[in-house]
Amino acid sequence: MSTQLLLIQALNGLQFGVLLFLVAAGLTLVFGVMDFINLAHGVQYMLGAYLGASFAAATGSFWLALLLALPVALLAGLALEWLVFRHLYARDHLAQVLATFGVILSLNQLVRMVWGSAPLQVPVPALLEGGIQLMPGLTWPTYRAAILLAGLATAGLLWLVVERTRLGALVRAGASNAPMVAALGVDIHRLFMLVFGCGAMLAGFAGVMAAPILSVEPGMGDTVLILAFVVIVIGGIGSVRGAFIAALLVGLIETLGRSLMPDLMRLFLAPSPARQTGAALASMLVYVAMAGILAWRPRGLFPVRAG
Amino acid sequence: MLHRYAVPLAIFGALALAPLLGFGAGHSLSLLARAMILGLGALGLSVLVGGAGLVSLGHAASFGIGAYAVVMLDAAGQTNAGVVFPVAVLAAAVFALLTGAVAIRTAGVNFIMITLAFGQMAFFTAASLSAYGGDDGYTLYARTRLFGTKLLENRWFFHYLLLALLVLAWAAGRRLLASRFGRVLRAARENPLRVQALGFSPYPYQLLAYTLAGALGGLAGALLANATEFVAPSFIAWQRSGDLLFMVILGGLGQLHGAVLGALAFVLLEEYLAELTPHWRLIFGPLLVLVALYLKGGLLGLVQRRG
Repeated sequence: MSTQLLLIQALNGLQFGVLLFLVAAGLTLVFGVMDFINLAHGVQYMLGAYLGASFAAATGSFWLALLLALPVALLAGLALEWLVFRHLYARDHLAQVLATFGVILSLNQLVRMVWGSAPLQVPVPALLEGGIQLMPGLTWPTYRAAILLAGLATAGLLWLVVERTRLGALVRAGASNAPMVAALGVDIHRLFMLVFGCGAMLAGFAGVMAAPILSVEPGMGDTVLILAFVVIVIGGIGSVRGAFIAALLVGLIETLGRSLMPDLMRLFLAPSPARQTGAALASMLVYVAMAGILAWRPRGLFPVRAG
Repeated sequence: MLHRYAVPLAIFGALALAPLLGFGAGHSLSLLARAMILGLGALGLSVLVGGAGLVSLGHAASFGIGAYAVVMLDAAGQTNAGVVFPVAVLAAAVFALLTGAVAIRTAGVNFIMITLAFGQMAFFTAASLSAYGGDDGYTLYARTRLFGTKLLENRWFFHYLLLALLVLAWAAGRRLLASRFGRVLRAARENPLRVQALGFSPYPYQLLAYTLAGALGGLAGALLANATEFVAPSFIAWQRSGDLLFMVILGGLGQLHGAVLGALAFVLLEEYLAELTPHWRLIFGPLLVLVALYLKGGLLGLVQRRG
């Protein structure tokens, strides 16, 4: 019984991890290549979810909604880049933090005005309803399995592009030393735009995928953003491989911690305080893990930047 | 060129005279109290950001720890100011010391993200404290007692107490930054390698500055709990840390009274816009972006360019 629960929670953790990876991948690349700290990256995730929800309600098809939401999320990302972000690349991190914080406040409010404050529900697409039987008496929702697979496939594709193509070589070179890449005759601004657009679309994709299992509400991007930050700090800024491993790690710690900690505490404490300390400890676990990893390796698991 | 004390004198003088000049009603006084308390916290942050170059995006955590110290002691029946305030300050200082010990080992963007993550850790921990109201917060039925009296409930006394603390903190901060200690901080901000070559290790200096800022934040948090007679996890939400950073920049980073001016402007602006429209964040957000992009030197810069 307990091992079955553990298995389900581990799978949920992995599924949450790949969602985090989709958000963190764009963040770590944008950050690695452009040295630009974009707090508003979580907004892309939120926009993806809202666009997915709206298009799904309008067209009645989740798949059509996915197809429509991605280019719109991309356009929204590029519009933000053109309006605000582009003026920030040459500025210090403090200005970047503040300006992108302002973008978050504005867009959260805009979303609230357009769609209201109440959470939206998106039905799971008919094709992926129901569950998969893992063993007798133990099923896992098909939709979550689909997210896990789609996330892994995207991660694989991203790995291929970054590690095995010319474009990927430029991106990696940009992450390790952008001025040098520019000096070698590469149009670094076009590379920036491309990386930024891909990052925005990946986060939007994560948002659309998450919409049927999470409630779609204003500010939903903020929580994911902060966990994505933890992921890229643990993984090492600019490293897609690091982001992938760290995302799965964070997803597992977060999910398993929430279900196991209260039970673990019950070994030492009475049920009621055990539930409370367990919950408190569980919410700290990810950050404690981050602190531990950074105390051991201040630049993360897979540092990219030279010097 | 204005006299160098002209602007701080004008700010503190205006705060001292405000209750006598028609701002003595309950609502205006509580608004000013909020501004002064936030100014106290922003002062500490200004020492960190402007002096040491450490951009913390988790400063609200120290507020939260100070505020929750008041709550926990209140729940335990302890409302004596001689106990409550030292405990609040000490708890926030210890939290800053522990988290700073890890965070300062990293630099630049990693520091921003780690302080953000530690702030979130404090937030989620507060939200899971169901004995103190959890997400819903905790209402204090009485303010902390000063020498066994209810002096803190007198709005006028509270106003001038806050002003006195603010002036004290400002003067102490100025002394600190002008001292040898402050010079090491500033030198480490400009060029850490050269500081090390001169035989200084910046780490203990930065850690001490971080701890002091945390302690000041704890004091501000305990005062905020007393001002609002209510404490909730939303006090520690990461947006509050962003707000504090905005106050510091809005006022002007170079000088400590900039933080006080920024906090005043922030609170008054928020109040004015919120009366104007429920969607005030849609004005506030873009304003923040514009300040970050174009208002270099903050409001102080504007004043001093005129003078």
